[in-house]
Amino acid sequence: MNFNPTMNNLLVSASNLKKHFGDTRAVDDVSLQIKAGEIYGLVGADGAGKTTTMRLLVGALKADAGEAVICGYDINKQTEQARAQFGYLSQRFSLYEDLTVLENIRFFAEARGLKSNEWLPRSLEILEFVGLEKFKDRRTGQLSGGMKQKLGLASALVTKPRVLLLDEPTTGVDPVTRQDFWQLVIKLVSQSKKLTAKNAKSAKPALTEVEVEQQNLSERSALRGSKISEIEEGVAVLISTPYMDEASRCHRVGLMKSGKIIAEDTPSNLRARLNNRVLELRGSPLNVLRHVANKDQDVEDVQAFGDRLHIRVGERKADDVLSRLKSAIRSEGGRVDELRAVSPVLEDVFIALSESNHE
Amino acid sequence: MSDAVIQVKNLTRRFGEFVAVDHINFEVGAGEVVGYLGPNGSGKTTTIRMLLGLLEPSDGNATVLGFDAFKQSEQVRARAGYMSQKFAIYDDLTVLENLTFYGGVYGITDKTRIARTLELVGLRGHDSTLTRTLSAGWRQRLALGIALVHEPKLLFLDEPTSGVDPTARRAFWDLIYQLAENGVTILVTTHYMDEAEYCERVGIMRDGKLLAMDTPSNLKKNIIAGDVWEVYADPLEKGLEVLPDVDGVLSVSLAGDHLRTIVERGMKKDDLVKGLKGKNLNVRDVVVGEPTLEDVFISLAR
Repeated sequence: MNFNPTMNNLLVSASNLKKHFGDTRAVDDVSLQIKAGEIYGLVGADGAGKTTTMRLLVGALKADAGEAVICGYDINKQTEQARAQFGYLSQRFSLYEDLTVLENIRFFAEARGLKSNEWLPRSLEILEFVGLEKFKDRRTGQLSGGMKQKLGLASALVTKPRVLLLDEPTTGVDPVTRQDFWQLVIKLVSQSKKLTAKNAKSAKPALTEVEVEQQNLSERSALRGSKISEIEEGVAVLISTPYMDEASRCHRVGLMKSGKIIAEDTPSNLRARLNNRVLELRGSPLNVLRHVANKDQDVEDVQAFGDRLHIRVGERKADDVLSRLKSAIRSEGGRVDELRAVSPVLEDVFIALSESNHE
Repeated sequence: MSDAVIQVKNLTRRFGEFVAVDHINFEVGAGEVVGYLGPNGSGKTTTIRMLLGLLEPSDGNATVLGFDAFKQSEQVRARAGYMSQKFAIYDDLTVLENLTFYGGVYGITDKTRIARTLELVGLRGHDSTLTRTLSAGWRQRLALGIALVHEPKLLFLDEPTSGVDPTARRAFWDLIYQLAENGVTILVTTHYMDEAEYCERVGIMRDGKLLAMDTPSNLKKNIIAGDVWEVYADPLEKGLEVLPDVDGVLSVSLAGDHLRTIVERGMKKDDLVKGLKGKNLNVRDVVVGEPTLEDVFISLAR
C-alpha cells in the first residue's frame, strides 16, 4: 500500500495484518488507520483478536503477513524507531508494589532510556495530570485499584508517546474509576494539539486518600486539572474494550469478531445503520408479547430486557410491524402499554452484523 | 414479601480488617430475575458464597428457600444451582460425560433427566463433542447445564457472561428468561452496566455495601438527579470549562467527540443553548441523551 503517513497525519497504519496460532486465525486480515487526535476503539469479546492485534502493532509478535507503520516507521524493519513512539498499557500491567509511585515511574522511564534530567520533571508533570502528585512517595502496594490504574497510565505516558495503546484498561474496574480514566484519555487527546507548557508544581503537603477522592470528585465535573505539555503534534489512542457502552466514547470504533474487523465507523454512524429498526415494547404478559413478536414475518430478533422487549425489524418495516403487532397482541389476549421505535445501541449493531456475517 | 426465596438481613462478612460485605439487606421473590451489579472486589461473589453456605457470615443472616443459608447449607445446596465465574469443566470429557459426572455429584443418574437438561440449554446433538473444542459461548451453556442438572428452584450465576460475545450473551439471556418463566428464581452478578438492564431488578454494590436495589427504570428515575443531554460544541475543552457555570447544569463529562451533561429535571433545551451562547462557543447540536445504569452508579458513588 502506498501512503504518506505524515501527509495524512496517520500515526498508525496497519494493512492486511494476519497472525495464526495453530489452526486459529487470531488476526485475520486486519487493516486499521488512526490519525493524530483520534481515539480508536477495538471492541469485541475475549478471543476476538484485540490483544493479538495490539501485540502485532507494538512488534511483540511478528505478523504472518501484512505490515504496520507507526509514525512513518515500519514495525518490522525499523522496530526501535517505531517502538520509541509507543506507550503501551497491557491488560495485566505490573507495578512494583514495594516501590513508591515515583520510583515506579522512574523505573519505566529509565527502562525506556530517559535520562535522569528528563525523567523527573516529566514524571512530576504526568503525576499531576493523572492526579497522583500528592501520592508520589506512597508505596504502590498501598494505592487503591483506581490509583494503580492511573499510575499504569502515567507510566505509559512518561516517554511522551505519540501513540498510546491501552489493552482493556477498564475491564472489571469501578465505574467511577472508569469514568475518570476515560476523562484523562479524552483530555489527553483533545489537549494534545494545542498545548501550552506548564511546569510541574512542587508537591503540596500529603492529603489522605479520602481527601483526594473528595477533591477528585469535586474537580471531576469541571476537570480543570492540569494540562500536559509538549505533545503539540497530537496523540493517537488505540483502546480495546469488551464493553459496548464504552465504545461510544471513542471517535471511531472497529467491531472485532473471530480475528476480523467486521465493521468500522464512528459510533453514531454505526448506530445509524439500525435507525428506525429497533422497537421497544412494554406490556403483559411478557411471554405472549414475545410469542407474537417472534411470529411476525418482518421481525428479525426479539430480546427481553427485564420488563420490556427490544424488537429488531427489517429495513423500512418499522411502521408495518408497529401497526400489526398491536392488534396481534390484543387478539392473543395481551396488553400493550407502550410500543415505539427507540435509538439502537452498539450492541444491537454488533449482533445484527454478526448474524449477516454468517450468511 | 412472604414468598421470598432469598431473605438477607444485615449480612456481613469480614476478612480480618477488611469488610467484604457490609450489613446488606434485600429480598428476592419467586421467579424474579435479579441482577447484582458492581465492579471487581465490591463483594458480589462473597455475598453469593454466603447465600450458598460456603462462607459463614460475620454478622446477620440469610434465609434461602426457607433454610438458614449457613446452618442448613446442605438443604440449600441440594435445591439451588450455582454457576461460578471460573466454572470447572473437564476438557477431556465429552459434553454428555461432563453432565453425567456432575449429575452423579447430586445423585442424579436418571438418563432422561440428563437428556432433558441437554435439551434445555440447547446442547442436544452435541452429546459426544469433546468439551475442549467448544467455543466460549457453548462452554458457558454447558456450565449452565451443569448448574441445572438437579433441577433447582433457585439459580446463582456469578458473572456468567464475562468474555463472551454479545450474540452469545443474548442467547444466554434468552435461556435465563425461559428458566424464569418456568418458575426458577435467578440471582445473577455482573460488572457490565448494560447487561444489568436485562434484569427485572438490580442491586448496586460498591465497597461491600448494597447502595440501592430497584428496577432499572426506577433506579434511573429516582437516583439520577436530572435529565441527560448530549452537547456537541467546539472547542470541546472550552465547553467543558463553561458548561458547569450554566444555570441548571449539575454535572458534565467528556464523551469522545462531545459533552454529556446532567441538568436539572425539566430544563429546556433552549435554556441550555442560551446559557452556552455568548461564551465563544460554537454549539453545533444539543440532543437528548439516554440515562444509563452507569449514571446511576456514579450518582450513588458520589
